[in-house]
Amino acid sequence: MGNLDTNLDRLAALEGMGCSRKRREDPRFIQGKGTYVDDVKMPGMLFGVMVRSPYAHARVKRIDKSRALAHPGVHAVLTADDLKPLKLHWMPTLAGDVQAVLADTKVCFQNQEVAFVVADDRYVAADAAELVEVEYEELPAVIDPLAALAADAPVIREDIQDKQAGAHGARKHPNHIFTWQIGDRDKTDRVFDNAEVTVEQTMLYPRVHPCPLETCGCVASFDKARGDLTVYITSQAPHVVRTVVGLLSTIPESKIRIISPDIGGGFGNKVGVYPGYVTSIVASIVLGRPVKWIESRAENLSSTAFARDYHMTGELAADRDGHIKALRVQVTADHGAFDACADPTKWPAGMFHVCTGSYAIPNAFVSVDGVYTNKFPGGVAYRCSFRVTEAVYLIERMVDVLAQKLGIDKAEIRLRNFIRKEQFPYTTPLGLEYDSGDYEPALKKVLAAVDYPALRAEQAARRADPTAEWLMGIGVVNFTEIVGAGPSKMCDILGVGMFDSCEIRVHPDGSAVARMGTITQGQGHQTTYAQIIASEAGIPASVITVEEGDTSTAPYGLGTYGSRSTPVAGAAVARASRKIREKARHIAAHLLEASPGDVEFDLDRFVLKGSPGQFKTVKEVAWAAYNNVPEGMEMGLEAVDYYDPPNFTFPFGAYVCVLDVSRYTGETKVRRFYALDDCGTRINPMIIEGQIHGGLTEGFAVAMGQELPYDESGNLLGGTLLDYFVPTAVETPHWETDFTVTPSPHHPIGAKGVAESPHVGSIPCFTAAVVDAFAHLGVTHMNMPHNAYRVWQQCRALGLTRQ
Amino acid sequence: MTNRTVVSFKLNGKETDVIVEPRELLIHTLREKCLHTGPHIGCETSHCGACTVDFNGMSVKSCTLLTVQAEGAEVLTVEGLAQGGELHALQEGFMQEHGLQCGFCTPGMLMRAYRLLRENPSPSDEEIRYWMAGNLCRCTGYQNIVKAVQYAARKLRGEAVETSHPLMTADTH
Repeated sequence: MGNLDTNLDRLAALEGMGCSRKRREDPRFIQGKGTYVDDVKMPGMLFGVMVRSPYAHARVKRIDKSRALAHPGVHAVLTADDLKPLKLHWMPTLAGDVQAVLADTKVCFQNQEVAFVVADDRYVAADAAELVEVEYEELPAVIDPLAALAADAPVIREDIQDKQAGAHGARKHPNHIFTWQIGDRDKTDRVFDNAEVTVEQTMLYPRVHPCPLETCGCVASFDKARGDLTVYITSQAPHVVRTVVGLLSTIPESKIRIISPDIGGGFGNKVGVYPGYVTSIVASIVLGRPVKWIESRAENLSSTAFARDYHMTGELAADRDGHIKALRVQVTADHGAFDACADPTKWPAGMFHVCTGSYAIPNAFVSVDGVYTNKFPGGVAYRCSFRVTEAVYLIERMVDVLAQKLGIDKAEIRLRNFIRKEQFPYTTPLGLEYDSGDYEPALKKVLAAVDYPALRAEQAARRADPTAEWLMGIGVVNFTEIVGAGPSKMCDILGVGMFDSCEIRVHPDGSAVARMGTITQGQGHQTTYAQIIASEAGIPASVITVEEGDTSTAPYGLGTYGSRSTPVAGAAVARASRKIREKARHIAAHLLEASPGDVEFDLDRFVLKGSPGQFKTVKEVAWAAYNNVPEGMEMGLEAVDYYDPPNFTFPFGAYVCVLDVSRYTGETKVRRFYALDDCGTRINPMIIEGQIHGGLTEGFAVAMGQELPYDESGNLLGGTLLDYFVPTAVETPHWETDFTVTPSPHHPIGAKGVAESPHVGSIPCFTAAVVDAFAHLGVTHMNMPHNAYRVWQQCRALGLTRQ
Repeated sequence: MTNRTVVSFKLNGKETDVIVEPRELLIHTLREKCLHTGPHIGCETSHCGACTVDFNGMSVKSCTLLTVQAEGAEVLTVEGLAQGGELHALQEGFMQEHGLQCGFCTPGMLMRAYRLLRENPSPSDEEIRYWMAGNLCRCTGYQNIVKAVQYAARKLRGEAVETSHPLMTADTH
């Protein structure tokens, strides 16, 4: 239709799917005009500071708040006694457990919340917090999760000591949270009993923290005259927060307005509800004034959702050619003192059962035991896609261990076991149905790009030289992600199905406002959602305003985490756009005095079939929608879609890391990191690449330096940026990225999620490369983090440090 | 009542007076009293650089400076970077090269890069990475930030740059 140049101009003007559209968020952020929670200032606003426990495990004998209350400028000091009458000294968690808001009879982790001081400003509040006197009686702490279920282990949770069953089944010990199992145990055991080759490997995925640059915080404002509550909050799921606040208070949801403004990164840290939010809301209700709470970095790193802490034992059964026959996994999951692990209700170990990976493994069995320890709660966070980080780490490490035992090349063994393209949709032995994939060409593309045979030859030469200071390691990882939770029959958050939503309203001038139930924390939704609408409804992205995060205006959604925005809300955006397009087509037919069947959509207009000169633009139709619609049709042009996905999406990737290790210092240098990601249809390649860079950098941090270790008394070590490794531009490697396109067949625009893929996939790739540097010396695994000291210890154990 | 002091300094070219306690940190004065909320707080150990402002011709982490030390100083924040309604080359560069995502580190990054390019107008990629190492970012992996600074360096040197953000219309060049 029309000449090609004109069509291309019109296409470019739409700025739709597939183009590297520059971000609409940027103008305010580069001028310091973003609005983050701590930028919010309200009349009469007070500031709250938390008093926290110095002990990991102790009885609270007495709290004396008199000196704090007498301090000028102090308005309130809340303790558990103040929350008890409201039944708010405990709060429910997403994992079906409860978490202490303010410690009642005992504290169960260091830095646990004990009292909340509200004062004129943050300086006065900090002074007064020092004046709260708490008397403790220290108790022995449980730090090692593998010892938590010993008969004589101290009981951490006296509040549920006698409960025989928790939210996820029977409990066999006071420190036992749940046992979750999936797969055919007997069949898997039989395959192992008769296998030609079996391998076993234990590994720890250490406790780390998402550490968003902006910490958690809120401004709670209860308006006594109107009887309504407004909360500005760092929340990745504001609608869920509204429902939870409604359930916990006597306020109907219609009188609760939760607003997630601009958020300075979330990374899974800002999914759940923290005690600071609850105490701010209570203090505001009590005092009738707005109360702001902004935590420090040390508080963030020591009391908000951690990630990982999975102690895993993997086993593979195979034939001598490396064809995998079965996978068996046992996990001990350290959940800290309260199970606040953010998961769909039915999945206490998240989507860990994606651990058969990219391979056609016919048999598998997985068992996960969750245990309590005297540490802060969390588990699911930091681009984990609900434990997929752990799952991918497990299988990719195990495949390497098997390859090493059999003497098969690590890329070759993957090629031998891949699920083949024609096997999709592929049902795994653990019950997941992978939507699409084409693994072999992806891996081959990466191997060619890095000249893998030449790298292996160089490595062989290096290994042959006994004087070489630098060992060389090559990591190869092929991962399959599972993102886009999820089908309501399988997935809910506290009983709410995990759909998501979009509402689009086209104005008379043809511009539009669109709102979704997700909430960006930097992933560029305000830019990319408009691109979907532009392509699907023919409205230029430049005149579409995208908003999220205000529960009084945006449609109900489950929020942004688990890379679910594109799979779920992105689908709702496409479907709402199509509803608008369809109504617009009928209006266009009416204007063209034609039958709707004779009118078709073309980029930004509706054309009479066979008469390209006769058309109505979307802009013209929008105007008509407000003054001249077909008889019987409602006026206006808007649509809503709540999308319950039929399945998850399963993006995949092939990563290669090449690094050098100094045998004398343990220092590692990443020489090259090549990442190919396939997330199906790509909405905005520029933004995807930014997500990849950020995720790979997190992966580098996790694998090479981050950890939150505890001493025997339960003191958290390294809980500030003095020790907690956040790489600067100097440490961060240069990233090479690539892609293939294998669309999701069930998704309206074929798009899969991607943002967590680089984190999920890169971490085992770094470990694979480090371990590979020692593989010729019989090393099968090394636990993270691979910092210089720990790698040097490995060198020393092998006698490599001797000159 | 705590001892309070009047402090006068020039903020983005404008004479500014504030009344502060001696212990008040410059970042809080800028954010709470001057309502310049562009500079952010990301830590309390002086590592992250989200609070970086230009202070008497130096890049300074304003969480690690007392406001009383700012008497008579010239302070430039991200809010003062655009001049005469025109964005600074660095602001353009960050948009063009996708050098920001959540935007929380961005004001500090911009102010640090502003001083960097005055001290070294033609930095190598390695020099940019090293000279920006006082600024942490959790979103970008730095790679596009390096590109953004190179974009600005080219533009400030008078070399041709490619712009495609609608805020960067042709007549601003």
